[in-house]
Amino acid sequence: MALKNPEQTGARERDLISDVQRGQHELFYELVRPYERRVFAAALAILRNEQDAEDAVQEAMLKALANIKQFRAEARFSTWLIQITVNEALMRRRRERTVAMEGLDGHRSGRGDEEREYAPRDFADWREIPSEALERKEVRLKLAEALGTLDRKYREVFVLRDMEHLNIQETAEALGITVASVKTRLLRARLMLRDLLAAGWEQGWFSRLPFEKGNKPW
Amino acid sequence: MVANQKISNCEQVWREISNYVDGDVDAALRSTMEAHFRTCQRCASVLAGTRNVMQLYGDERMLEVPAGFSQRLEKRLENRLMPGASGGASRWSSWAAWLVPVAALALIAGGLKLANTLTFKHPAKSILAAPGHDIPPDLVVVVSTGSKLFHVPGCAFIHDKATERTLTAKEAIQDGYVPCSRCLRQYLKTGLTGHSGAEIAGEEAEEQQELLSAAGVK
Repeated sequence: MALKNPEQTGARERDLISDVQRGQHELFYELVRPYERRVFAAALAILRNEQDAEDAVQEAMLKALANIKQFRAEARFSTWLIQITVNEALMRRRRERTVAMEGLDGHRSGRGDEEREYAPRDFADWREIPSEALERKEVRLKLAEALGTLDRKYREVFVLRDMEHLNIQETAEALGITVASVKTRLLRARLMLRDLLAAGWEQGWFSRLPFEKGNKPW
Repeated sequence: MVANQKISNCEQVWREISNYVDGDVDAALRSTMEAHFRTCQRCASVLAGTRNVMQLYGDERMLEVPAGFSQRLEKRLENRLMPGASGGASRWSSWAAWLVPVAALALIAGGLKLANTLTFKHPAKSILAAPGHDIPPDLVVVVSTGSKLFHVPGCAFIHDKATERTLTAKEAIQDGYVPCSRCLRQYLKTGLTGHSGAEIAGEEAEEQQELLSAAGVK
């Protein structure tokens, strides 16, 4: 995550944390604001519904505030917030899981296809999607849709690791799974997304994009 | 991990590719894989695609939140800090509690109705807020960072021209931009009732004068 001046930001954050811990609760929103989009993405990956995800984030932030004194400076504040949010979201999903279907692809429902080899497809015509394409809402939507088609065990790991930039260990702890599982699922998620985007390219998802700054071959 | 073992086929590369991009393979395996990527086009494309996936999804722009998310979160935290504000039920009787939003809605609806039927001295804001009428969806327009207006290319009122970006009117409207009241006035006028063109022109001149004097031009 590219922050403009990490050291300064870090110092400001540490000050804010101790102010809030000493009771200046009105500063809490300022403290969480830089991470609100990340915690929302984490909740959305688990709950798959914007309204539920937003409720979970609000509740999680209230819990974080209530427990702010337990935050220890050795941890990253962003990771701490994400973990609280993931817990809240997982708890809500479990509560709703009385609906039979969901149990079928639960975390502990055997290893299933996770252990099987995944062979990435061979594409004759594949081209890289430049990150400038993300300026376009339709591209972001296509990417979000592709992510949404993954099984949740892959999606959750991928979001925490590659979108939230948690490390492998943190991802494992947040989801309550082993490091080995994180690695296997992450591999699978990355390869499946690669295939989905490459297939999308073949189907012309990205071909109608205007040529930004002139010379992009695609 | 397949350490110190000759990579004999693509399957072994695919199995380790995620660890490879994470820098989580030992030196021997790394160099074996590098050699393989140089000679195997398919695996090279899988590697490039995987990196592309990580780069795109790891981008800040992929972390989107619903409109109004931040304000609602801030409000929720504020309410927690001021028990009087959130503990409405104890201070208000229940009928009064639902009367408030109903009254607010009535006021908003009434206000909108009025805005449509009366001529105000400064209608400029409502003109800007109008999404525009009969703007050809395929009209090529430009937007720029730091402003929520879209313009006909070359309009003199584009802020920060360096960040200009071209798209269609339809996309601009979908992305929440509103038409510039100068260069797209012809479309806005058809959507107004109760305002004569002359009035608008007069206001425009006034506004333009304000802009110029604010910029120090006499």
